[in-house]
Amino acid sequence: MKEILSLDHVSYTYETEDEKPHKAIDDVSFTVQDGEWIAIVGHNGSGKSTLAKLMMGLMYPNEGKIRVFLEELNDETVWEIRSRMGIVFQNPDNQFVGSTVQDDVAFSLENNGVPFEKMVPRVLDSLAQVQMEEFLDHEPHHLSGGQKQRVAIAGALAMEPQMLILDEATSMLDPQGRDEVIRVVDDLKRAKGLTVLSITHDLEEVLLADRVIVMNEGKVMMTGKPEEIFAHGDVLESIGLDLPFASRLSRELRKHGVNIQGEHMTEKELVNELWTSHFNK
Amino acid sequence: MLEKMIFGRYVPGNSFVHKLDPRSKLLFVFLFIIAVFLANNTITYALLLAFTVLVILIARIRFYFLFNGLKPILFLVVFTLLMHFIFTKEGALLFEWKFIKIYEEGIRQGIYISIRFLVLVLMTTVLTLTTSPISITDGMETLLNPFKKLKLPVHELALMMSISLRFIPTLMDETDKILKAQLARGSDLTSGTIKQRIHAVVPLLVPLFVSAFKRAEDLAIAMEVRGYRGGEGRTRYRQLAWKNRDTFVIFLFAFLVAVLFWLRGGN
Amino acid sequence: MDISFQQVGYSYAVGTPFEKRALYDVNGSIASGSYTAIIGHTGSGKSTLLLHLNGLLKPTDGVVRVGDVNITSHTKSKELKTIRKQVGIVFQFPEHQLFEETVEKDIMFGPMNFGVPAEEARTRAHELIKLLGLPEDVAKKSPFDLSGGQMRRVAIAGVLAFQPSILILDEPTAGLDPRGRKEIMELFYTLHKEQNLTTILVTHSMEDAAQYADNILVMHEGRSVLSGTPEEVFSNADKLSEYRLGLPRTVAFQRDIEKLFGKSIGRLALTEDQLAIAVSQALKEEGER
Repeated sequence: MKEILSLDHVSYTYETEDEKPHKAIDDVSFTVQDGEWIAIVGHNGSGKSTLAKLMMGLMYPNEGKIRVFLEELNDETVWEIRSRMGIVFQNPDNQFVGSTVQDDVAFSLENNGVPFEKMVPRVLDSLAQVQMEEFLDHEPHHLSGGQKQRVAIAGALAMEPQMLILDEATSMLDPQGRDEVIRVVDDLKRAKGLTVLSITHDLEEVLLADRVIVMNEGKVMMTGKPEEIFAHGDVLESIGLDLPFASRLSRELRKHGVNIQGEHMTEKELVNELWTSHFNK
Repeated sequence: MLEKMIFGRYVPGNSFVHKLDPRSKLLFVFLFIIAVFLANNTITYALLLAFTVLVILIARIRFYFLFNGLKPILFLVVFTLLMHFIFTKEGALLFEWKFIKIYEEGIRQGIYISIRFLVLVLMTTVLTLTTSPISITDGMETLLNPFKKLKLPVHELALMMSISLRFIPTLMDETDKILKAQLARGSDLTSGTIKQRIHAVVPLLVPLFVSAFKRAEDLAIAMEVRGYRGGEGRTRYRQLAWKNRDTFVIFLFAFLVAVLFWLRGGN
Repeated sequence: MDISFQQVGYSYAVGTPFEKRALYDVNGSIASGSYTAIIGHTGSGKSTLLLHLNGLLKPTDGVVRVGDVNITSHTKSKELKTIRKQVGIVFQFPEHQLFEETVEKDIMFGPMNFGVPAEEARTRAHELIKLLGLPEDVAKKSPFDLSGGQMRRVAIAGVLAFQPSILILDEPTAGLDPRGRKEIMELFYTLHKEQNLTTILVTHSMEDAAQYADNILVMHEGRSVLSGTPEEVFSNADKLSEYRLGLPRTVAFQRDIEKLFGKSIGRLALTEDQLAIAVSQALKEEGER
C-alpha cells in the first residue's frame, strides 16, 4: 500500500472582520491509500468544503500538515502536486473553460506545456474513457449537466492523475446525470485503480466507497466502511445526513416486528435477507 | 427581435469560405474595409457589390437568411440613402415636389455611401457567419503576436475574449431565468416612467452581477487547480493551418485592389 | 382556481432558423386545492409547461386556462399581471433572484409590486421569516451574507409573501443537503394542507411525487402522455420506462418482494411507512400458514 494523501492534525480558522473567528477544520487527521475510494460526508457547513480547498492547496492549514504523493503541500510543491491530481467541482458550467469539449479537455495539458503531438491522442483517449468522444466540437451550452461533468472528468484524466477529487460533483445534476457520472467514475476506478476522493452527500456515491469519513462541526466524527457507518443510523440522522433506502426500511420493518439480521445497504441485499430468513426455514 | 439578428452569429457550414484559415479571413476583411474607400465611381462601386455577392454565393449563405437577419441594419442603409436624397443639394435638379428637391449628386452619393455601408456590413457578417468565434480569437491572437514585443498582453486578451464568448450563452440563459423569476414576483419592465423603468432593472442587474462574480470566482479556482499560470510555457491545442487556398485569398485581394485602381476615376 | 390546458403547443424562436418545438398538444387539468406532480425526463417539456401557468410564456397554439382567465397567443401582457398575483413560482435555485439590501426588503418586493401596502408587506415578511424557521435577526441582514440553505428559504418567503393561491415548485430542493431537502418538502406540504394551496411540483424525484402528490402528470418529448393518481401512474412500470422514468423506490421494492411471494401484497406502497406495514403483514401471513 502506498500513501496518496495524509492529513496530520490539520486545523483551519476563518478570520472574519466583524464576527468571531470560525474554526472550520478542527484537528483532522486521516490517510488515503493508493487505489482507495474515500467518501467524505457531512451536512452543509460541516467543514467538508474547507477540507477540499485545503487538499487542493487553495489555502494552507493554520496548524498541522497535509502531505500529497508523499510531499508536503506548500507554495513550492503545489503546482507539481496539482498536475498529478484531477478535480471536478460542483457547478458544471463554472469549470468549463474551453469553448468546445475538446478545448476544455486540453486546457490542463496546455497549461502544463504538453506538446501538441501528445495532446491530441490524450484528449481523444480521455474523452473515450468517459464516453464523450462523439462530442468533440460541442459547445458547453448544448450539453447536459451530466455531460459537462463527464467532460470535466476527461479534462482531469488527460493529465493521467493519481487521484481524482470529486467536490460535490453530482449535487447539481438530475438523477440521470448523477448516474452517468457515478458510473463513469466507478468504471475508471475498477479499470485503472484510480484513487478517488469524493466529497458528497449522495448516498450512491457513499455506498461505492471503500471507506467513509463523516465530518461534523469541523471534526472527523466517524470513519469506516459504509456498512459500519450506516449501522449508526440515528447518529447520522441527528447530524442531518440521510440513510440508504434499505437501511431506513430495515429499521421500519424491525419496528413492525420483522426480524432482520445485520445491516443491509442495498435493496437487493434486503430482499435476499427477507427471502432467506422467512422462506428457507 | 434580438433572436432574429444574425449580425455577429456563427452558423457552421462546409463551404470554401468556412474552411479558410481565420487569419486569412481576418486579414482579408480588414484589408477589404480599407480597400472599399478606393472606390469612387459607378463601375468600382458596382465591382465591390458584385464581389461581395460572389463571396456570399461561395460561402453558400442564403440571401433570404441574410436579408431577414440584417433587417435592422438594412433599415439604416435605406435611411442613409434617403437622407442623402433629401439633403445633398449639388448637381442638376432632377425632381421637385413642394419643398422636396432631389438633385443628381444626392442620388449618386446616396447610392455610393449605401453600397459602401452595405458591403462592409455584409463582408463582416460573412466573416462571423462562417468563422466560429473561437477561431476568430485564435486568428487574432496569432496575427497580434508581433505586438507582444511591445508589451501588449496578447495571450491574456485572447483568453479573456474566448472566455467571454464561452460565457455569453450561459449569461443570456441566466438573464432570462432571473427576468422570469422577477416577472413572476410582479416586477414590471414594460410600463411606467423612464425613472420607474430604470428602477425596475435593479432586480435584474443585481442578481446577474452577483452570479457573474460567483462564476468568475469558481472559474478562477477551476483554472488555478488545472494548472493555469499565465501564458508562459503554455502550449496550444488549436493549431492554425495556412493552406494554399489562404494564399489564394490574399492574391485575390491583391487582384481586386489592382482592378479597383485601374477602374477608379482620376481626381 | 382550476387550471386547464387545451391542445397547448409552444415553439421557441418562432420564424427564425433557430425555431424549436417544445410542446405539442398538451392536455390536462389541475383541480383547485390539489397537489399535482409533473414528472418527466430532462427535456420532456415540463419546465416549459410550468412557465405557461402564469403567462411567462404564451402558448403558440391552444389555450391555458387559469381560473377564469384564458391565456392564448393573443393575450396581452397587461392582462397577465392579475394571474401572476395568483400564481407564485419557486424556481429552481430561487436564491438567484435575491437582490435587495436586506432580507426584509427582498421578501417585501413581490407583495409591493402587487399593490400590498408597505406596512402589511413588512408584517408578512416577519411572519414568513418565522414560518420558514429562519432566525429573527436575519430581517435586517443582507441576503448575500446568509448560508445557501438560508438564502433558499428567504427566496421562498419572497414568493409566499404575495399570498398566491397556486404555488408552483420547480425542483425546489435541488442542491440542498438531505436534512434541508426534507424540511423544505414538509413545509410545502403543510402549507398545502393548512392553506388549501393548489400546489404543483415539478420534480425528478419519483419518491417525492409518490409521497406528496394527489395527481401526477407525466410529460414526454413535449407531450402529456399519462396522468392519474400516484397508484395509477406508478402501476404502469412499462410505460414509465418507455418515458425513461423509474419507479419510486418503495414501489420498486414492493415489486421485488411480490416476485418472491409470487403474489401481490396489497396496494401500491407510496411511502416507506406503508411499505413497511405491507411487507411485515405479508410476512406474518406467510408465517401463519
